Amino acid sequence: MEVQKTALYNYHKNLGAKFVPFAGYEMPIQYKDGIVKEHISTRTHAGFFDVSHMGQFFLEGDETLIESLEKIIPADLKNLKINHSKYSFLLNNEGGIIDDLIITRTEKGFCIILNAACKENDIKQISQFLKKHHKHLLNNDLSLIALQGPKSVEILEKLIPGVANLKFMTGNNFEYESENLYVTRSGYTGEDGFEISISNTKVEKLIDFLISNEVKPIGLGARDTLRLEAGLCLYGHDLNEKINPVEANLKWAIAKKRKEVGGFNGWEKIKNLLANGSEKIRVGIKPDGKVIARENTKIFSTDSNEIGFVTSGTFGPSVNAPVAMGYVKSEFSEVGTPIQLEVRGKKYGGKISELPFYKKSYVK
Amino acid sequence: MSEKKFSKKHEWVSLDGDIATVGITKHATEMLGDIVFVEVPDAGKAVEKEGQAAVVESTKAASDVYSPISGEITEGNKAIADDPGSVNTDPEGASWFFKLKIKDKGEYDSLMSKDEYDKFCKENPS
Repeated sequence: MEVQKTALYNYHKNLGAKFVPFAGYEMPIQYKDGIVKEHISTRTHAGFFDVSHMGQFFLEGDETLIESLEKIIPADLKNLKINHSKYSFLLNNEGGIIDDLIITRTEKGFCIILNAACKENDIKQISQFLKKHHKHLLNNDLSLIALQGPKSVEILEKLIPGVANLKFMTGNNFEYESENLYVTRSGYTGEDGFEISISNTKVEKLIDFLISNEVKPIGLGARDTLRLEAGLCLYGHDLNEKINPVEANLKWAIAKKRKEVGGFNGWEKIKNLLANGSEKIRVGIKPDGKVIARENTKIFSTDSNEIGFVTSGTFGPSVNAPVAMGYVKSEFSEVGTPIQLEVRGKKYGGKISELPFYKKSYVK
Repeated sequence: MSEKKFSKKHEWVSLDGDIATVGITKHATEMLGDIVFVEVPDAGKAVEKEGQAAVVESTKAASDVYSPISGEITEGNKAIADDPGSVNTDPEGASWFFKLKIKDKGEYDSLMSKDEYDKFCKENPS
């Protein structure tokens, strides 16, 4: 398959981006400033992220569309208000997570933001449940820009008046350059911010404006350190088809009504896990020293029994210490439990930690 | 102290009598990005030429640091283990990695000069 590029590829190049292949796309891993500075400027000012590789999947249909989607998505879509968003998943028959996603109710149906690496398969999986009269479109004519950080609202309000009124996990249509664009207050960094769905033809103009307001470009490197500090999962690492939402410590993302009534893929299994708990569970991990416990690091109890593995690990610039997430046997999941991490054949101490590692409040 | 010599794996060496000081080059730090973890060897450890001697990790990944010269470690630089970011600021000065007592000065002589190393980096862009 040919490597794909987002509409901003040349723009990134001119900004001094270093590219890496990611989910079939050439994406910036970092720019001139490097990961730590990009991370800090997102936390203290604002940064923009080109996330146009993610799928923007639009569905239209009548009431039966909700029934269809609820078979594979455990959110309460029936009671989701127009312009409101929920974090949810696509589930397989075993309750495993096919992908994690944000679903937003639109005037005519729904918009689902899908992970780039999963989007083709996701659409196949969703389509199994759709009726002939349901319309769907993966819109590749749209870019998706995340603007994140404490100054985001002040800056974007100047360009698109009204965005300041959006509450976290809601969105709306706005006019920009005599085109419609859709803005949600959401993100993947633990900061206040927005995701802006904008046509490929207008996106450069939006970025010009952001840069003129000292918004820095942020690559995938800092996106990873930011989301990990915020305790957010990365699909393909912290989540996969063999992990269910209870193990992933994401049962809060299954709607209360759906937990009781079910009617979605894997419900029998999930119902049982909700009642009895799972054998393993996702936790936050803090190494005691400076050692970084990266993905696949083995986790041991203090009496040297293997109890789990790390799924994401890095240095957290705002925490100023290494941070990690992983899965441990549930009896070792309590915050503060001492553990050992095997790095390059040597064991280092660490502790089960609260998530997120870094906390800021969203605008509610 | 002698002039600095350079390896293809982006380490530098300077020599004072039979004690060599080893670090990673400025070019290496630019490739690595922000350095967030360093592990240096303890005194007494024997290292072989091109053998793994230390570890350096950036936000992106972990990399081994090799000794460009054989010998016995006399000192690891604990200051860089405590402050890994200092390797980005002064890689070819205060932020050396380890010192070792060398066995064969010929290994030092065979390394690249500054000019040869600069040329090597230009010809082998990462």
